[in-house]
Amino acid sequence: MIEITDVRKSFGDKHAVDGISFRVEEGEIMGFLGPNGAGKSTTLNIITGYLSADSGTVRIDGTDILTDPLKAKKDIGFLPEIPPLYLEMTVIEYLNFVYDLKGCKLPRKQHLKEICEVVKIWDVGKRLIKNLSKGYRQRVGIAQALIGNPKVLIFDEPTIGLDPRQIIEIRNLIRMLGKEHTIILSTHILPEVQAVCDKIVVINKGTIVANEKTEDLINAVDGTRKLIAKIVGPEDEVLKTLRSLGGIKTADSIGKRDTDSISYLIESQDRVDIRKPLFYTLASKGWPLIGLEGVELSLEDIFIRLVGKEKPDNKKQRKAGN
Amino acid sequence: MAAIYLRELKSYFLTPIGYIFCGMFLVVSGLAFAQCTLLAQSTSSIGEYFVWMMIIFAVLIPLLTMKLFSEDRKTRTDQILLTSPVSVFGIVMGKYLAALTVFAASFVVNSFNFVLLYRYGSPNSLSIIMSIIGVFLLGAAFIAIGLFLSSLTENQLIAAVSAMGVNAAMLLISLVANNVEATGPRTILKWFSVMDRFTPFTNQMLDVSAIVYYLSLAAIFLFLTDRVIEKRRWA
Repeated sequence: MIEITDVRKSFGDKHAVDGISFRVEEGEIMGFLGPNGAGKSTTLNIITGYLSADSGTVRIDGTDILTDPLKAKKDIGFLPEIPPLYLEMTVIEYLNFVYDLKGCKLPRKQHLKEICEVVKIWDVGKRLIKNLSKGYRQRVGIAQALIGNPKVLIFDEPTIGLDPRQIIEIRNLIRMLGKEHTIILSTHILPEVQAVCDKIVVINKGTIVANEKTEDLINAVDGTRKLIAKIVGPEDEVLKTLRSLGGIKTADSIGKRDTDSISYLIESQDRVDIRKPLFYTLASKGWPLIGLEGVELSLEDIFIRLVGKEKPDNKKQRKAGN
Repeated sequence: MAAIYLRELKSYFLTPIGYIFCGMFLVVSGLAFAQCTLLAQSTSSIGEYFVWMMIIFAVLIPLLTMKLFSEDRKTRTDQILLTSPVSVFGIVMGKYLAALTVFAASFVVNSFNFVLLYRYGSPNSLSIIMSIIGVFLLGAAFIAIGLFLSSLTENQLIAAVSAMGVNAAMLLISLVANNVEATGPRTILKWFSVMDRFTPFTNQMLDVSAIVYYLSLAAIFLFLTDRVIEKRRWA
């Protein structure tokens, strides 16, 4: 549905986008991640035809944005980082304007009403946009992107500046829209892509550093596996045994004590499943294993590793059921 | 284009700019009209009135054009325009025609002043009609200049002041040209002078070259505006 091939864009000496390529298939929600200044917005602006690339091609449903921009743009709904709202208009006036601007052929009243209901702005339809809260303005921005029912939706930082309740609502909305649209979701809020996206493209300094399915990205970055084991037994001896067990890279007590158990953080070597040997070893020693849970790298960790800035902080690791 | 035209037209009257422009235009041009005709007790000063009109245009039209592109750039609403299935020239024309409509509406209301002259005297109708056509075309060219300057900056004040400066310079070229002795440069300056191009209209002549000149001036600046916006996408 979206095909980006070797796109480059420079501003003076700065290579904002330096030869990036990726595809988004129909019905996919793609997370577009990167630190500030990585080239995310520039890439999105090129995809939507707001900026022209120095070289490379962008195809939307087979149409080149450069050679047939009007046709390609009909298939795109775009919410830029700052929603492009005319504050002096009411919500309905604004949506009617966008409807006309896009040359939409769907039945006007019904289409706009449906959109307003989907993004929950029907109750503020007659209010001036300048009097709306940030959350509502963001919704109006999403509503304008939905007008004309475009095949592709592109959201640039859609939850920035919203409160936690609004963030959850917008995420749910994007997830729902993903059932009928192909979506690119640009963000630097990592749980957002974990919660919503099928695949992730990570960009840093204008180049792509990862392009994987969300679940594959974790393994692609780090094949090691971390476990937290709750073991009843003498701490020193348990540690000594764990460290001598084949396949275990590191083992440390993390001091979580229940009544009589101690928790240990165990890191296996690359692509080794140590759960069974661990169980049999502890059983043979007579130390009951009363809990075992996996610890996945969070996207924060992955992201930091990919962009190579600093080592991940264990405190940020997200626990996940194994 | 129609959507942009209607939005811009509405926006003039959703914000104070449309009212300020129309109000100031009608008051100032009305005063100039009163001074040049009714208070002078003569219709012979009608040419002087149209010179005043040009000066009023030079100052007031930038109020109408200053926000057209600069505001969109500042508030980033240009993103919705440029990512919609509308050509850049369509956007430029939509905005231009909206400003031209507000200007024309004020101009039509202002033209009712001339009806008064027929009550008190026998003015030369042909001269008045020709002058109205000429001065309207000049206003249309000034709008294109203002639109172009608005596309160069995010700051409305800079857009307005620079448009006033360019308009004033185009009016003053005539005075400069009259003081240039060398024939070649004087001819060139006079060719560019919007004042000199206006003279045939006051002499009851429908000067085709002058009409083409004013329309060309507008077309050139509309084209340049289109190029500026297109070039920014490639910058």
